[in-house]
Amino acid sequence: MADQLRKENTNTIGLKRNDYTGRPTTLCKGCGHTSIANMVVSACFEMNLPPEKIVKFSGIGCSSKSAAYFLERSFGFNGLHGRMPSVAEGALFADKSLVGIGISGDGDTANIGLSQFKHLVRRNVPMVYVVENNGVYGLTKGQFSATAEKGLTLKRQGENPYLPVDIALEAIAANASFVARSFAGDPKQVKELLKAAISHRGTSILDIISPCVTFNNQDYSVHSYSWVKGHDAPLHELEFVAPRDEITLDDFERGSIKEVTMHDGSVIAFKKLAREYDPTNRTEAIKMLEEAIRKNWLITGLIYVDPDSPNIYDMYPIGEKPLNRMPSEKIRPDRKSLELLNQSLM
Amino acid sequence: MGSNNPKINDFGITFSTINGSGSATANNTIQKAIFRMGIPVSARNIFPSNIQGMPTWYSLRVSKDGYLGRLEKDDILVAMNPESVIRDIGNLNPGGVLLINKNIAITDIRKDIIVHSMPVDELLKSSDVSSNLNIYLANMVYVGVLSYLIGIELEKIESALDQHFNGKKKAIEPNLHVVKKSFEWTEANIRENSPYSLSPMHATIGKIMIDGNSAGALGALYGGLQFSAWYPITPATSLAEALNDFIPHLRVDPETGKTTCAVVQAEDELAAIGMVIGAGWAGLRSMTSTSGPGLCLMSEFLGLAYFTEVPIVVWDIQRVGPSTGMPTHTSQGDLSFSYFISHGDKDFVILLPGNMNECFDFGWQALDIAEKLQTPVIILSDLELGMNIWMADPLQYPDKEIDRGKVLWEDDLEKFAKKKQKEWSRYLDVDGDGIPYRTIPGNLNSKAPFFTRGTSHDPCAGYSESPEDWEENLIRIKKKFETAKLISPQPEMIDSGNELAIISYGSTDMPVKEAIVLLGNESIKTDYMRIRSLPFSCEVEKFVETHQRIIIIENNRDGQMKQLLCVNFPEHAAKFISLAHSNGLSLCAHWIVEKVLSEIVPEVK
Repeated sequence: MADQLRKENTNTIGLKRNDYTGRPTTLCKGCGHTSIANMVVSACFEMNLPPEKIVKFSGIGCSSKSAAYFLERSFGFNGLHGRMPSVAEGALFADKSLVGIGISGDGDTANIGLSQFKHLVRRNVPMVYVVENNGVYGLTKGQFSATAEKGLTLKRQGENPYLPVDIALEAIAANASFVARSFAGDPKQVKELLKAAISHRGTSILDIISPCVTFNNQDYSVHSYSWVKGHDAPLHELEFVAPRDEITLDDFERGSIKEVTMHDGSVIAFKKLAREYDPTNRTEAIKMLEEAIRKNWLITGLIYVDPDSPNIYDMYPIGEKPLNRMPSEKIRPDRKSLELLNQSLM
Repeated sequence: MGSNNPKINDFGITFSTINGSGSATANNTIQKAIFRMGIPVSARNIFPSNIQGMPTWYSLRVSKDGYLGRLEKDDILVAMNPESVIRDIGNLNPGGVLLINKNIAITDIRKDIIVHSMPVDELLKSSDVSSNLNIYLANMVYVGVLSYLIGIELEKIESALDQHFNGKKKAIEPNLHVVKKSFEWTEANIRENSPYSLSPMHATIGKIMIDGNSAGALGALYGGLQFSAWYPITPATSLAEALNDFIPHLRVDPETGKTTCAVVQAEDELAAIGMVIGAGWAGLRSMTSTSGPGLCLMSEFLGLAYFTEVPIVVWDIQRVGPSTGMPTHTSQGDLSFSYFISHGDKDFVILLPGNMNECFDFGWQALDIAEKLQTPVIILSDLELGMNIWMADPLQYPDKEIDRGKVLWEDDLEKFAKKKQKEWSRYLDVDGDGIPYRTIPGNLNSKAPFFTRGTSHDPCAGYSESPEDWEENLIRIKKKFETAKLISPQPEMIDSGNELAIISYGSTDMPVKEAIVLLGNESIKTDYMRIRSLPFSCEVEKFVETHQRIIIIENNRDGQMKQLLCVNFPEHAAKFISLAHSNGLSLCAHWIVEKVLSEIVPEVK
């Protein structure tokens, strides 16, 4: 009982959940982003991550502001609109042991930042990339983003004439090694997916539908609370099990479980729902997303994962000691080398 | 014709060939061979934005006095390209020599030049070399002919080829064979003495030959560069490629066998500078290299780096703009853009290397300056320096220890609090120089993390829209540029108390130095200052104050350095006379002299 209490209040590195919180939010009341920020706090707390080991990155927009509303004890870089991926990619070279968490929005990722998004994915830079997707620009007061569905009507903009960009499909097309979709109104699923994403050793894309209560929460909009509640088609129920924890899945019956072992030894356990779905099969993932578009489903869960896909560090011969802790004598070649070089140029 | 008194070690040769025909090997071999004869030699590649088929020129200047600037006219023309031959011949000085491929049929040739026809095909056939190499070996014919005519020592050709092909006999032999065959043919068939010839000197002993982009890359690697991201663009590409070439030789940790510098080819220049800023923020010495169009894309990010105080270095190897412009031609047209780059109030340290040794020196110094000031440093080189091979003094090992600036690791934070009697926060100016202390990701002290943002912030890095916070912050940042003036390269000056002075910078130094001597011969005495960095230091101000009329010479249309001098020293604006010119070529000493004598001297007098 005492153990249980300790477990609830402090994690194995002796920190409280409060040690993972951020600045008070300035987002609208009921914003899905706030719920996601809370789940980042919970996931990092429950995974016993030292906050100083986490680095937050974000671009510009409501979503990107939210990076300040969790993990105040972590470094963070709120950069330019659509350019979060490049800043993260450069920074993470400095110390391979850092855990990168990027927070972006649908405009930041699917409009201005589509190129950087896809190239980050293609290079498989190890980091979590959360898209807080509401289909609308909030800070500029309600314009369509590239993920807004065709036919959506907004007060000042009229009807959206364009077809939407599907972030999960774009990620898979760019050879993503981890793609998931969730809904801010389903915090348990968001948290489990975040944990799995953190333990993945490549880019983890989490497309989270996060309704904008001010500009786009109309019942018929695919980015609204009520629409998602009526169209959510979960692929599975899932639970993340850290490497050192024994697999004891309270809610899951063993017979109905599929497990995927992650690179670090952790396990994602899936409880099969009505349909059979194998998240390690890329072709099936693409088919599923296509089917969802046709049938007007919002597929949630882990859509695709390849736990052993090589990441960017596998492509560069840099050592384990953080580059940013290299002493000067390790980064300046010696005098003799310059003498030899000069001779070769004579 | 022929002359009994040949012009020795002082003439220009242009090799006119077809792009993609492999003439670079032949041309570089000749340059290196002359250099190894101890004679100062410079060379320019005038090439099209094209992979294969368009005309390309290689202009070589031999100068016993060591002048490196471009010559307007040629003394010898090696014509291998029928497409450009008429125009090329028109550019020969009277009395010049034309060596023309026999295949090229021309009529009405100028009477005031000497013409030798080279039987290229016959010589190749009789050389008995593999016919699939013919297109490349054809250029070796003119190497042999020219060597005989002007007196390039064959053993120097051989040693230059040996170096070019890294000692690979299979490559050296057929080339050398064609050179020797052609040399012998010339000896047997061309009786006239050449009016231009070479005579060995000792002026290049101890010197090296290198291009500016390689020198810059090496400077960065000796400066402890740890991360570079870049996107291919002419004429900057070879800088990043030189990093990749040298890293395996210079930057492998012997203990681990791992490299200590990573280079990423980004998807565009936006991503390149984004990565570099991320890396710089996270404590890596970090740099990107680009040219004008890429710098345009980087402008928003440069404002972010300035405002968030992230140290980075940006090389701009200038080409002719605006727009795509002339991608393979040189210019100094990005000066005012770099000075004012990005929106809002800001300042940038700009370094202006003028030769190979400065490309190397500024390469490492820029990293020190950037980290010391926690701000972006832009290095403005150009195609002239970057992509041509120049004679230089041996590269000098850095004479200062690497300076990482005000960085606090775990224990430093505790020491800081004791020493400064206050807790650390990111944007607090505790030393009065505007330069705050920074922590970097990976620092596990729980006081270390802070949130970096491009939005307005208070000294503790917290979000703030308070008018005071905004203004105080920007005023503090400006203070850093007073230190910049002290630690950046000071101008090079020749100050003999003349009333008339010349100012230039970068590659334009080469023709200007020659022009000053030529003007001296015309009894026009001038002082000289070469500006090597911005913002302008006190030395620059003093020079401006103490001269009555100042001619600012540069390779752009609008006289951008003159404009910046006017902005910074409005009280002296009436002194400044702009001599600016941009057509894709570097300036010539004779053009400068002519302009000064015809337009400026009458006005000044």
